[in-house]
Amino acid sequence: MSAKIITVTSGKGGVGKTTAIASLGIALASLGEKVVCVDGDIGLRNLDVIMGLENRIVYDIVDVVEGRCRLRQAMIRDKRVPGLFLIPAAQTRDKNALSPSDMIRLGDELRPEVDWVLIDSPAGIERGFKNSIAAADRVLVLTNPEISAVRDADRVIGILEAEEKGSPELIINRVNYEMVQNGEMLSTEDVLDLLAIKLIGVVPEDKSVLVAANQGMPVSLDNDSRAGQAFRNIAMRLTGKEVPFMDLAEKDGFWDKFSKLAGGN
Amino acid sequence: MPTSSLVQIKGLRDGILITLGSGEWDYIQALLFTQIDERLGFFTGAKLALDVGSHSLRVANMTALRDKLSEREISLWAVVSESPKTVNTAQLLGLATRISMQRPNEGSPKKAKEKEIPKGNSALWVEKTLRSGERVKYAGNIIVMGDVNPGAEIMAGGNILVWGRLRGAVYAGVDVEKGHTGQNKDAFICALTMTPSRLQIASEIKNPTDHEKFQKAVKVSLKDGKFHAENWREK
Repeated sequence: MSAKIITVTSGKGGVGKTTAIASLGIALASLGEKVVCVDGDIGLRNLDVIMGLENRIVYDIVDVVEGRCRLRQAMIRDKRVPGLFLIPAAQTRDKNALSPSDMIRLGDELRPEVDWVLIDSPAGIERGFKNSIAAADRVLVLTNPEISAVRDADRVIGILEAEEKGSPELIINRVNYEMVQNGEMLSTEDVLDLLAIKLIGVVPEDKSVLVAANQGMPVSLDNDSRAGQAFRNIAMRLTGKEVPFMDLAEKDGFWDKFSKLAGGN
Repeated sequence: MPTSSLVQIKGLRDGILITLGSGEWDYIQALLFTQIDERLGFFTGAKLALDVGSHSLRVANMTALRDKLSEREISLWAVVSESPKTVNTAQLLGLATRISMQRPNEGSPKKAKEKEIPKGNSALWVEKTLRSGERVKYAGNIIVMGDVNPGAEIMAGGNILVWGRLRGAVYAGVDVEKGHTGQNKDAFICALTMTPSRLQIASEIKNPTDHEKFQKAVKVSLKDGKFHAENWREK
């Protein structure tokens, strides 16, 4: 096996990188691929929480790099989905505990072990960001349809181009179809018009994401979730399959229909 | 050549300047790190400017160098070079390409010549989209084949021509050394869509409002000290 290493980054914080990593990890593993998710946010780890694996952490990424454990000892197996692993970040250290060359070494060690390495990047464009892209074969830039997030995504794309990382691909997260229709939110076209890179996914805003994250149950495990479906589509596109983009105009998930029937809002 | 003259270290007012001699880049770089590692305590936390002379460095070379330095907690803030390729690379990575050395008597005639404003029909050719945070600075004319996104900046001693959408900040006819001042009132700015966040020609400044922006090819110049926009078409 020789894994493809993919980093998800955004510049701005809070746009949904960690949720995206967890969801893509599960979606890829469900396709029968062997996946390891790596939390690159040293000092502010939370991929483990989103994936619901927090209680099982013994060793972390810094332990691997500093030689306190073997790579496989730090790979936590997700019991719900065969073939899915997590390498957590260290919570008691900071970004300077790792260097870009450490990440390249780690990436090379992981390549023969799995099919996919998904790296969660911290917000910002400093050391932690540089670490997270050092080993990447492909970079996915995640943004929300709002001006500040798009501006930061543009900055990040500029840095990636300057570092000769190749052109990244774009995921637009949390698109609210109704707000776009009412002209209250940037549309997919508005975002693409500025960023001008290849689009690999559009994820609708979906309440079930937050609910799922709080339960440590990534949304792509939820078959009724529209956001979950969008992430499963992105996973298929990563493996090279052509999947048409979802029709955002379609009504949301099962629960929205249910609550409409029940007379809720 | 003795290795000591290949890596020369000097103190600057606010940091360290290392001048590298010519030769195989990998060899010179190895020498540099030998010198640094021998006196790591001295270098740790330092702001470093590098004069790489005529070495032509690609982005990959320079990022590798910067990362290696940052692993030693040395921050590289400037790269000075005679090679236009290297200067371009440094600018792409957001590094300074000039440093004030406070030693005017040391300036060689060659360095003085570089500071002359390029005249005539030449221009700096930028064949890419400038994204937020990117800045292009040149004492002569600048041509951009691509968009200029919000948050990007172009600063030219001469004219600026954007074959794309202009949405960032542009400064034409300004003194690129001193920054935001300038005397060249004849400078102009052209773009396929003229929607800048900020416009400056010589010392006239404008933050265009929405109805002062144009979704078409427009040339902006100064007429009697005021901004003047006209359709941009071949003459």
